Amino acid sequence: MTTPEIDLLLRGFGHEQKDLTRILHKVQSTYGYIPAEAIRRVAEHLNTTENEVYGVLTFYKAFRLEPRGRHMVTVCQGTSCHVRGGAEVFDEMKKELGIEPGETTPDRRFSLDTVNCFGCCAIGPTVVVDSTYYSRVSVADVHPIIAPYRRRK
Amino acid sequence: MRLLTHPSQLADWKARLLEKRPVHEKTIVVSNGTCGRASGSLGIIEALGRELDRRGLGDTVGMEVTGCHGFCELEPNVVIFPEGIYYARLKPEDIPSIIDMTILKNKVVEPLAYADPKTGRRYVLQKDIPFYRKQMRLLTEDNLRINPDRIEDYILADGYQALAKVLFDMTAEEVIREVDLAGLRGRGGAGFPTGKKWQFCRNESADRRYIICNADEGNPGTYMDRSILGANPHSVIEGMIIGAYAMGAAEGYIYVRMEAPQAVRQVTLARDQARHHGLLGKSILGSEFHFDIHIVEGAGAFVCGEETSLMSSIEGRRAVSRQRPPFPAQSGLWGKPTNINNVETWANVPLIIKRGAEWYSNIGTPKSKGTKIFSLVGKIRHGGQVEVPMGIKLREVIYDIGGGIKDGKKFKAVQTGGPAGGFLPAEFLDLAIDYDNLVQAGSTMGSGGMIVIDETTCMVDLARHYMHFTQEESCGKCVPCRVGTRQMHDILVRITRGEGEEEDLTRLKELGDSITVASLCGLGQTAPNPVLSTLRHFRGEYIDHIKHRKCGAGVCRELISPPAKEPGLVGRRAKKHHHD
Repeated sequence: MTTPEIDLLLRGFGHEQKDLTRILHKVQSTYGYIPAEAIRRVAEHLNTTENEVYGVLTFYKAFRLEPRGRHMVTVCQGTSCHVRGGAEVFDEMKKELGIEPGETTPDRRFSLDTVNCFGCCAIGPTVVVDSTYYSRVSVADVHPIIAPYRRRK
Repeated sequence: MRLLTHPSQLADWKARLLEKRPVHEKTIVVSNGTCGRASGSLGIIEALGRELDRRGLGDTVGMEVTGCHGFCELEPNVVIFPEGIYYARLKPEDIPSIIDMTILKNKVVEPLAYADPKTGRRYVLQKDIPFYRKQMRLLTEDNLRINPDRIEDYILADGYQALAKVLFDMTAEEVIREVDLAGLRGRGGAGFPTGKKWQFCRNESADRRYIICNADEGNPGTYMDRSILGANPHSVIEGMIIGAYAMGAAEGYIYVRMEAPQAVRQVTLARDQARHHGLLGKSILGSEFHFDIHIVEGAGAFVCGEETSLMSSIEGRRAVSRQRPPFPAQSGLWGKPTNINNVETWANVPLIIKRGAEWYSNIGTPKSKGTKIFSLVGKIRHGGQVEVPMGIKLREVIYDIGGGIKDGKKFKAVQTGGPAGGFLPAEFLDLAIDYDNLVQAGSTMGSGGMIVIDETTCMVDLARHYMHFTQEESCGKCVPCRVGTRQMHDILVRITRGEGEEEDLTRLKELGDSITVASLCGLGQTAPNPVLSTLRHFRGEYIDHIKHRKCGAGVCRELISPPAKEPGLVGRRAKKHHHD
């Protein structure tokens, strides 16, 4: 990304503190993460410090400072999924991908994350890869779920 | 109908819609909420469209796509009207037989009808199914009739008529009195009387007031608010406009959790439709009242469900909580008087205005009125969203509606109130559910999570699960919450690894008690509850872990070898479905 590109993206947004989260959502949906250059430009746009922007974005789980992998794997850690075996599914997923939540595989193919609840508790444990939902997942399902994404070009 | 400039136009609009509405011999209603989509409802919709087209039935058979119908366990499902025939757990290949038999020949496809797993008896009509029979679906009944994309469906369900009544026939004080007399209490968890709260906000003198809808539903295992927003978003918007009129607010905010994309999409669409038709904005319905709603998407911080954090977040800052008083009614958003209610609270308001405080206050117990929606999940046979009158017994919800425990296991406890709540073991099954009874029993209503737990769940591990959650979600401002929850979590981890000592139980109790009294906001003040509650009711399990290095449920891996596996779960394939 370039500075003019970010400036273009900032057009139409207000210059007040209350506009910050909306702007960050926009930056992230455009780039997949919040690049350092964007932090600088957003701070200028809002007439605030980079420190303030950084402070806000690191408070919220939604914003990332690193680009993520091609496929986003999210495992539900909600209580209903937990009592239905979600913790074992999560451990198996970490093993399958070889990474911890918040990390990306070295080939940049997968990123792993957790969520506190997807809101489909009655059909858990739930795993979401990109926008595909897998319900009633067991430990034995983990490898077959991931395998097709490994083969994808 | 574009801009409504007079209340009478609402009735005209409805009449015109009724006139224009195509008359279908049959209508197939597909449940397409989050669980529905995650279970394949989009494939069902596609197959239905294809089959109806192929047979040229497009004009005689209607298909409606709606939000959640509540019976999440059996998604994807359809209801066929006028009869109300219910088919569950459908696959696209079931559709041709439904059309051949039920639509064309008026015959039931027996194998697709719901069979009660306990008795094997099949129920053809949705209303006869035990899951629905004991419910009182006042807020959720219209979900069957409303396509959340269409404001017209809400108008047909007498939508915005309560608003018209309020704007033209009632004073602000009368509205507050009506809500107060109805006995409505906050559905977000604390149960504060809504009418009183509104009065506090109205009493403050200020040049500007705000109202907020708290849709940052973050309790794990709890998802009724996003279902309301996803299935019937206008009911919440109408409630907010009525509240704004009563309190004299010109601006409102809906703060909605980003992990609920369907709710965000539907409520944004509904807000835009309401603006388009003059139900939001300047001179609503031609009156002198102006009010508009902004929608703010959260960014994944649980603490934003706490009202002072939520307001910080709307202001674009780190969502840290602050000391109360001053309460939001005195000094809230940007220092102005602010009223915050939960989604379900707002959704109750049009109902109260339409049917009256007297009718409403006849439902429930002396101090808890109306219905409550619960997310009945966990190890329950029939998981889903259930709406029941206050005062119903836990046993009725879990056994009559929920069908009892899954997989022939034994009931151990039910958890209510999410991370702020507690566990109720079997001796509480005959407890009548209301705000005060639940608190007295050592738990809380919370926003309506009801997680059923069987003998395969380790209570120490579950307490650890909750403390892991709260210590991660603590905003970090006050020491008792930031450091205390971490300490409790670490002790619990040790115990689940078989490294606990007896003094740990005293430490947990002491830490829990001090975090409860010393924390700044509700998150910290209630964070120790799951631990304190399990210590009270399941002390034996803690002792087993510490003294005997034993996990009776077979969950804590360090205490069992080889790891116990449920044979039934291995080898069964998970279901895969595209969401969007």
